[in-house]
Amino acid sequence: MGKAIAVLGHYGSGKTEFSVNYAMHLKRSGVKTALLDLDIANPYFRSRERQKMLEEMGISIYFNEYGFDIAEDLPAITAKIRTPLEDETCTTVADIGGNDSGARIMNQFRKYFLAKETERYLVVNANRFETDTLEGALFHLRSIEEETGLSITGIVNNTHMLTETTTDDILKGYELCQKLSRSTGIPIVFSTCAKHLEDELKAQTKDDPDFRIFPMTLQMRPSWLDVPVG
Amino acid sequence: MSTSEKRLMKGNEAFAIAAIRSGCRFYFGYPITPQNEIPEYMSRELSKVGGSFIQAESELAAVNMAYGASAAGGRVLLSSSSPGIALMQEGMSIFCSVQLPLVLLNVMRGGPGIGTIQPSQADYNQVTRGGGNGDYHIIVYAPSSIQEAVDMIGKAYEVADEYRNPVIIAVDGMIGQMMEPVVLPEDQGYTREEDIPKKKPWALVGHKDQRDRNVIKSLQLKQELLEEEIMAYWPKYERAQRELPEYEARNLDKAEVVFVAYGSTARVVLEAMEILQKEGIEAGLIRPKTLWPFPDQAFENLGDNVKKVISVELSQGQMINDVKLALNGRHHVDLINRVGGMLLSPAEIAERTKTLMGGTK
Repeated sequence: MGKAIAVLGHYGSGKTEFSVNYAMHLKRSGVKTALLDLDIANPYFRSRERQKMLEEMGISIYFNEYGFDIAEDLPAITAKIRTPLEDETCTTVADIGGNDSGARIMNQFRKYFLAKETERYLVVNANRFETDTLEGALFHLRSIEEETGLSITGIVNNTHMLTETTTDDILKGYELCQKLSRSTGIPIVFSTCAKHLEDELKAQTKDDPDFRIFPMTLQMRPSWLDVPVG
Repeated sequence: MSTSEKRLMKGNEAFAIAAIRSGCRFYFGYPITPQNEIPEYMSRELSKVGGSFIQAESELAAVNMAYGASAAGGRVLLSSSSPGIALMQEGMSIFCSVQLPLVLLNVMRGGPGIGTIQPSQADYNQVTRGGGNGDYHIIVYAPSSIQEAVDMIGKAYEVADEYRNPVIIAVDGMIGQMMEPVVLPEDQGYTREEDIPKKKPWALVGHKDQRDRNVIKSLQLKQELLEEEIMAYWPKYERAQRELPEYEARNLDKAEVVFVAYGSTARVVLEAMEILQKEGIEAGLIRPKTLWPFPDQAFENLGDNVKKVISVELSQGQMINDVKLALNGRHHVDLINRVGGMLLSPAEIAERTKTLMGGTK
């Protein structure tokens, strides 16, 4: 079995955007990378929508048996998704559907995510309404753990407000993730940020050796959504 | 949740919260993609504020349950997606015949038939013309962002009560499924049972031997009386046509080409306008925020600078007919569209516009 990273979290926490960016990051650092789109909960904004781009980069992507059919509403996945998980030379990023109900799909693949070298990341956006408090974030973490029988090994602070994000948002999210980390013992692995905020965030967090930045470029959102309207 | 802070919300979640904060305490529905987050949220949250959620056995059942709740003076939300809305048409005609308020969200997907689950605007005729029988109109709002949708939901409840008529908020699947920062409205609370007769004297809350019985019934076998009833409520539609139309207009005084687009398509058009501007083509936009009544007045004063009017839709030329009526022959109207759940891109609109303009220069 190869190395695997399961990406879990609340609806709309940014699992897909993080998964796609993380797979691209792995590939760029020379690792053989596969991305599993195991989202059986959402009909739109799934990583399979970026199949062409990912495959052109050399990242294998697996979802269902119906080819590049983004409209597919069946909660079906292909047996082929075991291919990269069985491949010892491959690192697999698994993008899981939202909440505990979306994460239920992990049960049948649990053995691949129990190995020591695998990671189970919880993506947290403190600007989302059900994970904006420690209680809310903890509730989602525990329900996902209970549903999948897998313990979370790392917290990804993905606190943002799309194009309106400031470093204050990210630092506010970091504070919440620190509380979550203290109450669970699970480390914060990254704080994500848009590339244009990276330098500012670096300067603001230079005294915190534990603050690790994962810069991201939005891959899933069409540009026209960010033209102001009203 | 604090009310004044911005939150990152998925469209469907925000719609459900906005309805509850506008006093909605009744939701009836049957699942259909891409609006399932609405019943999911309502099933979890409505009972916490003393409301009732029922998963109906069909959309027909849902609209008839809504009929009962609205007749009793409650604020109701129905939501569905295109084929589900088709099933509710009979109920909407009945709501209009007895003048009951209703707010209904249509998160549109590709059609006809069962169609696809991807975004569409092909319900334009369905929501503005209706599939129900008889003389009636449905008031239709068409927001372009989650914030606008949330604001329109609050307004829709007021308009529905004031006009005693169903109001549809028509969004394409993209607005239901996407995420945006949004400021949620203050919670208005809801009208308690004892206060309903003051606000809705027609409501069926029991006469308690204090007044005559209220009767709400759609069947009127005496044709003279039915004509009288229709004539009695019809002026409200004429008033709606004077008072309710809303639109956004951009750059009309300079534009060589004027796009007409609503919903998320208007946002694709805005980026297409930026592309065209870089290539030296001045473009403008009329964005109807109400589809019925259609904002005819937006088209009244288009100047000689306007060489082309283009209706941009995710439908096979439906809104274009209202644009033509509004222009009344003053301009030829072209169509740029995709259908079946396919989206237009800004580049595609810009390219197709240049092709259309090449034909007239």
